[in-house]
Amino acid sequence: MIPYGFSYRRAQSLNEAVALLQKSPEAKLLAGGQTLVTTMKARLANPAELIDIGQIRELSFIRGDNSAITIGAATTHASVAESATVKSAIPALAILAHQIGDPAVRHMGTLGGSVANNDPAADYPAAVLALGATITTTARSIAADDFFTGMFATALAEDEIISEIRFPVPEKAGYAKFPNPASRYAMTGVFVARTKDGVRVAVTGAGPCVFRVAEMEAALAANFAPAAVENIRIDPTDLNSDIHGSAEYRANLVTVMAKRAVVQALGSS
Amino acid sequence: MAVVSMTVNGKPVSHEVEDRTLLVYFLRETLGLTGTHIGCDTSQCGACVVHVNGRAVKSCTLFAGQAAGADVLTIEGLAKDGQLHPVQEAFRENHGLQCGFCTPGMIMTAVDMIRREPDLTREKIRSELEGNICRCTGYHNIVSAIEDAAGRMARGAA
Repeated sequence: MIPYGFSYRRAQSLNEAVALLQKSPEAKLLAGGQTLVTTMKARLANPAELIDIGQIRELSFIRGDNSAITIGAATTHASVAESATVKSAIPALAILAHQIGDPAVRHMGTLGGSVANNDPAADYPAAVLALGATITTTARSIAADDFFTGMFATALAEDEIISEIRFPVPEKAGYAKFPNPASRYAMTGVFVARTKDGVRVAVTGAGPCVFRVAEMEAALAANFAPAAVENIRIDPTDLNSDIHGSAEYRANLVTVMAKRAVVQALGSS
Repeated sequence: MAVVSMTVNGKPVSHEVEDRTLLVYFLRETLGLTGTHIGCDTSQCGACVVHVNGRAVKSCTLFAGQAAGADVLTIEGLAKDGQLHPVQEAFRENHGLQCGFCTPGMIMTAVDMIRREPDLTREKIRSELEGNICRCTGYHNIVSAIEDAAGRMARGAA
């Protein structure tokens, strides 16, 4: 299928992208395009102009030290999944990236694109929220807790572009996902991270937006073991219900995936 | 409209196309390289997989403009000097196809997978084929062909 007509511009630098966006406030940013292009082909999106930021070199990098890993917004899922830096510091993040879509999608799709789109069933938001990451944009830095504001909604302003995301290195972390068998999007995915400040549990796929589970966090802070979460029941009232699974089914998946994420976290150092 | 230039199968090409032209239509309709197939409209089937700068991508899910300046390899560019690529040869010998519609994408995905994953097991091959659908459900021989090709290429490189 062929999208509606639009004009395409490729930005060579972040500054150029910001200037183009300020000149054309109606333009859409194109990163890897693995969601946007498909949506445009289905004619569910109809931007008059696309600004391609997917090939800006300064946005594609992975840097790590003992305390954090910082990843450029245009870094592909494949690069994160294969990165020795990510695998050694936050293996759960590499595992998560490797489970997105399929190999061809991972060669194009980007961290910044996924996080900015905030699809309720995307994987990365769970890691960003559970690891307490910081999203740096062309205007400011935003804490993960303040970033994801609702279904496909974020704190980003219209002319703001994500440049990088900083993930603090946790003591232990794990990510377990029950993928939709056709799309590989998360029916439910749970990211668990333990740091010296406590435990954070973030759930994607189950609700309209990624969310934390305070009861699981408290239980895991007291006892970081699968048994700590196995009897915690999630209220299905506000969870997603569709042909793939009911809200009650997803509520149960949250508990099951949380257990598996803890098992994985304990298996890694 | 914009002039889009890239290298396809080693040859420089340059054509004026609409900005909304997907790479797969640029290849099939502008260049006449119809070996790259369109099997779905949802970026799921993988019949359109080509390599852009050495990586397997779905050519129905990027615009030709995004590939401007890139090095693109399609199924037509795989055989060299009349010799089938080892993956093509392995698909032929293992009967890794039934109707053949998904085959170009399967082969381009397989070449990329073998390059990235030196230790391919049958299980790993199946998981790497996540983004390629064969509606004849002929996966068994496709997996065998890729396993065979990986072995041949490892021996050839040794």
